[in-house]
Amino acid sequence: MTKANKTLGESLREHGVSRRGFLKFCAATASMMALPPSMVPAIAAALEKARRPSVIWLSFQECTGCTESLTRSHSPTVEDLILDVISLDYHHTLQAASGDAAEAAREQAMKENHGSYLLIVDGSLPGPDSNPGYSTIAGISNYDLLMEAVEGAAAVVAVGTCAAFGGLPAANPNPTGAVSVMDLVKDKPVINVSGCPPVPMVITGVLAHYLTFGKLPELDQYHRPKAFFGQSIHDRCYRRPFYDKGLFAESFDDEGAKAGWCLYRLGCKGPSTYNACATMRWNSGTSWPVESGHPCLGCSEPRFWDAGSFYAPLSVPTGANGGTILAAGVTGAIVGGAVAALARKQVKAERADRQPVTVDELEQKL
Amino acid sequence: MTGLHGIPVRSETPADPALRGNAIPILHEVRHALERLIATGESTCIDLSSIPFGPGDEERLTAGLGTGEVRAVIDALGPTQVHETAIPGVWLVDYHNAEGERLALHIEIASIPEILRTQPEDLATAIAALDARLEPDQGAPRLQS
Repeated sequence: MTKANKTLGESLREHGVSRRGFLKFCAATASMMALPPSMVPAIAAALEKARRPSVIWLSFQECTGCTESLTRSHSPTVEDLILDVISLDYHHTLQAASGDAAEAAREQAMKENHGSYLLIVDGSLPGPDSNPGYSTIAGISNYDLLMEAVEGAAAVVAVGTCAAFGGLPAANPNPTGAVSVMDLVKDKPVINVSGCPPVPMVITGVLAHYLTFGKLPELDQYHRPKAFFGQSIHDRCYRRPFYDKGLFAESFDDEGAKAGWCLYRLGCKGPSTYNACATMRWNSGTSWPVESGHPCLGCSEPRFWDAGSFYAPLSVPTGANGGTILAAGVTGAIVGGAVAALARKQVKAERADRQPVTVDELEQKL
Repeated sequence: MTGLHGIPVRSETPADPALRGNAIPILHEVRHALERLIATGESTCIDLSSIPFGPGDEERLTAGLGTGEVRAVIDALGPTQVHETAIPGVWLVDYHNAEGERLALHIEIASIPEILRTQPEDLATAIAALDARLEPDQGAPRLQS
């Protein structure tokens, strides 16, 4: 029996892993998939029979932050994941092969596992109407590479906000005509693991779910797994009780900030952001942005980069930013104050239109 | 440096932790689970990684549960530390990988945590393992007569 044909249970036993070790692996996997510990026996039964799926990972217009995030995943280690749990047949950054040998490995894996391999994509890509020269690999355009690989894939996992929603490359003015994976792939299941980068355990959690249950998890309206994106940052935030009490930090160094009060007025996008940071945290569970005193940027949401200032509260209209006021002020000084007056009028109107969100409204909305 | 423990930066604990108090609801959940265990024998496991703890919450929870009589370390895919709290039947099971990073932290409300039991699958190989040790030619550690 080849290594690829062995079940995970057989493979682990061969490596001398005891049943206790296996149960521990299952407990960590359940935790990683955000499933309750009562599911551990079912996970153990499924993983016992699971076979290693072939995984092909394509990187397009991206910064490699998503791969960095994955390699910081500690539960289980990425080495375990690659060697024992999945068969990562192609990944530019992690594989040893390069050049023609790497491309040959990709083509071979696609041929041998046609119809059953998992395709992971990080980065957005120039759309079919854009200049393909903006991003190519081995002389092949990102678009052609994706569509060729999608054809034989069982499912596509778009890792990171760039692959899921276009992300930074697609931000205004989107010079490369960047689009997301789900803009192009319509005939295969697409699962979006958004975040800039995604929480590492969410990436491995989705892979573990596929490995365990042989199917993709339940998704929300943006094709994100509900297990990780089902609740807002705000709902799971340990600072939420301060919000409910109306205790807010007003600046980054005031008494409220030092006391750990809610960061809503400093621009926290937690109420409109769905992700698992508040419970899974970052850097081996050390902390997460809000715990370290910074508002959530909302990086797992579509168009987060173009959604106004990171430091303006959600209740402020996105048009009323400091840049508008400043630019209008400078121009106004030159042209006699007319434009500045217009800008001031606009800001005044926006202030009048501002609708602070109350707790009740937020509860209804969420 | 293999982990983050060597970095001398820690989150500042807010001045008034009582304002948050995310540990208290967990203690109430433990109380409900204990009632179930006593009444029906049904055990419960709570995964603390899914709880939105703030700085100091875990310490307040473990301090609230105290330390009991039993401590055990399981050496399988890295160490797993098990200890009974000062509340009989309430156990903390702390899973770590070989690098010492935490994989999961569970509170088990049970007579004995599941991972401490000898598993049926391992028991099925017990006779063969002992036989191998009784046979000097099997390459297994030889028993001294």
